[in-house]
Amino acid sequence: MKGTNQENGILKTKNLTIGYVSKTCKKVIAPNINIALQQGELVGLVGANGIGKSTLLRTLTKVQEQLSGSILINNKSLDETSHLELSKILSVVLTEQPASKNLTVFELVALGRQPYTNWVGNLSTKDISIIENALLQTNIQQLKDRKCFELSDGQLQKVMIARALAQDTHLIILDEPTTHLDMYHKAYILKLLQKLVKETGKTILFSSHEIDLAIQLCDTMIVMTNEQVVSDEPCNLILNGTFENLFPKDLIAFDEKTGRFRIKK
Amino acid sequence: MGNISLGSVSIPITSVFKSLFTSIDSESWYYIIHNYRLPKAFTAILVGSGLGISGLLMQTLFRNPLAGPFVLGISSGASLGVAIVILGAGIFGGSLAAFLLSKWSIVIAASLGSFLVLLSVLAVSLKVRDTMAILIIGLMFGSITAAVVSVLSYFSSAEQLQQYIFWGFGSLGNLSWNELLIFFCIYLIGMLMSIVSIKSLNTLLLGENYAKSLGLNINQSRVVIIIATSLLAGTITAFAGPIAFIGLAIPHMARQVFTTANHKILLPAVFLFGAIVMLICDSIAQLPTSDYTLPINAITSLIGAPVVIWLLVRKRKMLF
Repeated sequence: MKGTNQENGILKTKNLTIGYVSKTCKKVIAPNINIALQQGELVGLVGANGIGKSTLLRTLTKVQEQLSGSILINNKSLDETSHLELSKILSVVLTEQPASKNLTVFELVALGRQPYTNWVGNLSTKDISIIENALLQTNIQQLKDRKCFELSDGQLQKVMIARALAQDTHLIILDEPTTHLDMYHKAYILKLLQKLVKETGKTILFSSHEIDLAIQLCDTMIVMTNEQVVSDEPCNLILNGTFENLFPKDLIAFDEKTGRFRIKK
Repeated sequence: MGNISLGSVSIPITSVFKSLFTSIDSESWYYIIHNYRLPKAFTAILVGSGLGISGLLMQTLFRNPLAGPFVLGISSGASLGVAIVILGAGIFGGSLAAFLLSKWSIVIAASLGSFLVLLSVLAVSLKVRDTMAILIIGLMFGSITAAVVSVLSYFSSAEQLQQYIFWGFGSLGNLSWNELLIFFCIYLIGMLMSIVSIKSLNTLLLGENYAKSLGLNINQSRVVIIIATSLLAGTITAFAGPIAFIGLAIPHMARQVFTTANHKILLPAVFLFGAIVMLICDSIAQLPTSDYTLPINAITSLIGAPVVIWLLVRKRKMLF
């Protein structure tokens, strides 16, 4: 646990238990999560399928309620933060595609300015320069006037990241930003996130199955296993053997030297 | 203007201008234009633009290109109200029946019917989180009312059935200035609510989860959009009957022509297209220089459907 510099924490959880409530029962997905995200960090969230990564991200973004414990965002309880306030602190990139792709790249990125625009959504010159800057940072200026249905998956992912940047928040949370992408674009997107953290000082949290890439790029990693949720620097996690327990041990094993998983012979 | 000059009694277009703005050429032409054709043209504009816009609202809210103004059961609610009045009038008989068959009672019945169905859909929609579920619930209410109407029709006379079917054809005429004023006021409220919704409609283009992350109050905007649609589609159905097709087709026409999904452009475009298409359809329905007037509902589909098919084939891609 990184306990230092708590006052800089942009997002902090205390004894957080996540899960689902139905009429008949409470289903706990993961109990007692204590994590803290610091300003200007790239944080990767990894874990096996079904372990609760998405549930954790949905809880942190106020899409679903926690079962118990507390979440502090900018030192304020998430429960007391309205959706509009939250939209100025936290932006998201989801796994789902936008409902309509009949928008130009510029129009879609401009929707990131919605929390700041007037009742009809007119863009001020300041809004436009922020949008242009977001296009520049993600290197998609040349796509500006293209329609979203013309884009490849990799290009669309950059557009969605630009939209999150245009929302001008301290924290960006991405749910599996590298799915459906080829090896080059996986690396490209994660490298882009690292660059954005360095250039803008934002905090970026993403979930991913690209464990080897995350180990190379992240400042901190959150590892979810059945027993616990650990967050630490990647090298410490390797030393402590945390990755060994990530998956069932019958098929693959973690190689500490290369930082990758290998198929057992 | 062209619309006003066309009709069963042919009036030269120059005389139409004169009659509208300056002197009177002929008493009867003046009467026809001011009390019949002018209100009809206004009705056509209100009906066309109102149905187009409520169709647009529903398509965006439900993220479904097949949605139209009546997916929430508004027209079936209105049909039920009218069916009860027309088909049920026989049961009461005498003076009550005469009252029941007057035009106002049909308007009131249609409004009440659509309002009740709408209230049920709204009540359910507040309980249900999923927008798609609301769509299905609206369709279910539609089939319930349709079933009740067919039971009622089974027990009614041929004459009553004919009257009910004629209502179902839709009609833009027969509205006095007073009726038009009430129509216009409700239409205006619905239109203002649609304009206020432009921003949330654009946000909804990203999907509901993104919209929420942008600080949009989904439940509130959903209710505003549904009420706007009901006011527009509800009054139109009450005054002009269940006019089909326009609500579904006009938003697609606007999207194909302007190739955008931005509601700041689409809303005025749909307004204009709706009004123009309705005026053209009405002019054709009048069968100029003949004594007949065709049902407007048939014309909207006969003219509109080929246009939409042509647009889709030409662009080879449905933009949504």
